[in-house]
Amino acid sequence: MSSNHKEVLLRVDNLVKHFPINRGVFQHQVGVVHAVDGVTFNVYRGETLGLVGESGCGKTTTGRTILQLYRPTSGHVYFEGVDLVALKSGEMRRMRRKIQMIFQDPYASLSPRMTIGEIIGEPLLVHHVGNAQEIRERVKYLLDVVKLSPSFTDRYPHEFSGGQRQRIGIARALALQPSFIVCDEPISSLDVSIQAQVVNLLDDLQRQFNLTYLFIAHDLSMVRHLCDRVAVMYLGITVEMAARADLYRMPLHPYTQALLSAVPIPDPVADSQRQRVILEGDVPSPVDPPSGCRFRTRCPIAKPICAEQVPDFRELRPGDFVACHFAEQFLN
Amino acid sequence: MADLLDVKGLETQFRTPDGIVHAVNGVSLTLKEGETLGIVGESGCGKTVTVLSILRLIAMPPGKIVAGKANFRGQDLLQMSNEEIREIRGSQIAMIFQDPMTSLNPVLTIERQLTEPLLLHLGMTKVQARNRAAELLGLVGIPNAKERLKDYPHQFSGGMRQRVMIAMALACDPQILIADEPTTALDVTIQAQIIELVKRLRDELGMAIIWITHDLGVVAGLARRVMVMYGGFIIEEAPVRELYANPSHPYTLGLLGSLPRVDQERERLFSIEGLPPVLYQMPAACPFAPRCKWAMERCGKENPVLETIGPDHRMACWVDTRTGRAR
Repeated sequence: MSSNHKEVLLRVDNLVKHFPINRGVFQHQVGVVHAVDGVTFNVYRGETLGLVGESGCGKTTTGRTILQLYRPTSGHVYFEGVDLVALKSGEMRRMRRKIQMIFQDPYASLSPRMTIGEIIGEPLLVHHVGNAQEIRERVKYLLDVVKLSPSFTDRYPHEFSGGQRQRIGIARALALQPSFIVCDEPISSLDVSIQAQVVNLLDDLQRQFNLTYLFIAHDLSMVRHLCDRVAVMYLGITVEMAARADLYRMPLHPYTQALLSAVPIPDPVADSQRQRVILEGDVPSPVDPPSGCRFRTRCPIAKPICAEQVPDFRELRPGDFVACHFAEQFLN
Repeated sequence: MADLLDVKGLETQFRTPDGIVHAVNGVSLTLKEGETLGIVGESGCGKTVTVLSILRLIAMPPGKIVAGKANFRGQDLLQMSNEEIREIRGSQIAMIFQDPMTSLNPVLTIERQLTEPLLLHLGMTKVQARNRAAELLGLVGIPNAKERLKDYPHQFSGGMRQRVMIAMALACDPQILIADEPTTALDVTIQAQIIELVKRLRDELGMAIIWITHDLGVVAGLARRVMVMYGGFIIEEAPVRELYANPSHPYTLGLLGSLPRVDQERERLFSIEGLPPVLYQMPAACPFAPRCKWAMERCGKENPVLETIGPDHRMACWVDTRTGRAR
């Protein structure tokens, strides 16, 4: 899947999104949630980049800010060389034909009052693609593409299971023939046996339509399965970004190491043989993030300098960027 | 060692507008002292209803325990009076749930909620109860336990709330702890903390645990014995290493094959097509047959029963999945 010519399709450059906290009768601003605080990465055409991290690390906000569903506080998002942040809303709407999103909750993301045909056909209607007859045909084709029966067009979402609804959401995302899809935890609310169905479908569609995915997830096993490269987020920043093989074989950031070692392995023998790094405490509040390195409050190798200096996001191995003062020791 | 809990032929049904749902269909299980049993299955497989039935926490109606016995130290939990079962619940058999926020009362302090079982079941004085509560919070790894007793649930993070729930469950030194997906809502690093905590407490306090989960990874590192449920039936049961080394039921094989692994790369995930069933009548056929790639004629006509296929290893299937032929 990873392309050799490596054309950058999407470039996220020092993206920042802060949400104001307002209190009191006059709604004075009393603080700021540092949801995304300087995220930088490239996505190459045809690949899948995994964006992983725990709840509240800013991965979903990053995804939504890329699509300009939230306007960023600062930073740039270049798609095919065009800075989306500078686009007016009308221009951005036209751009959305190429950039689509699949949402996490298949129950909340489909309108209960619309038929499946209306849901999948809506993007076509909004963007004036084809007449009624053509849209009907296209909807049937899309249902077939996501392996649902074309006869479902007149049914309503409540008649479908979670996995089927997620397929409907995927069909809607494909309607305008996008080149890039942000998948925001598309399988995390599904049962195990259904997850595999949807993941295999996403895999097939990528090949069939030459799609590029940004796959936002907290499940590191699934990310290993699906993604060519992985970016790890912690408290609003990217702490490590590397090719899949490097990241899973030799993670360089202490947070990545802890995260990987916390994932349960469905094999009692392998599970009993591995080393675990159990992190102490909880993720600090994004309202008042720690000074210096954001991970230092839970980091097993933190030293005084970590509280004083923000570590650079530097390239330690070809293509492997790490934000840690002491990551060299993990190279060998 | 003697069986602490011995459940036989448990059947639970729910009356719904669409008909009677057969949620648990003849489940038998035993739990020895100090043993950890994992129950694995997907949503709607009956794993939660099984343990709720044992503790008589099913809302009746619409639910009904139709048949079965649940012997706990010589007494049948299912035949007890409401007063008797209330004595057992929370003191000898305790339970923790998936979502710690909805299981804690948001308008009462942690102290109030933690001391309640101590005052109620153990007849402690208020001072004794407060001291014990602080001790329990310390035991589950909550820093500044004494001060935090005054806090309300919303002042704790998700992982800390689950620790509070565990402290509450341990308040009366239960012999059995039933854990219903207690880490599903938590992040992996917090999940790892909670699992380490439960393992430590299990070794220190020697309680038996029933751990319910959909995550085959979590039970692999925790349980001694694992049962897999599907459609309200136990379809496979074995010691943990045996189950993962020799999974035999097509559903167990499918589940394991559909899981990506963090320590391996896998080309394509095995996917079980179709959906788990909702059973409106006792099936005459194997409930997994419509999704099973090994299904034979017999599978559509007769529901297989659990049979021993190896040391301590039992499974309900007509097919030998190693050869693909009838057993």
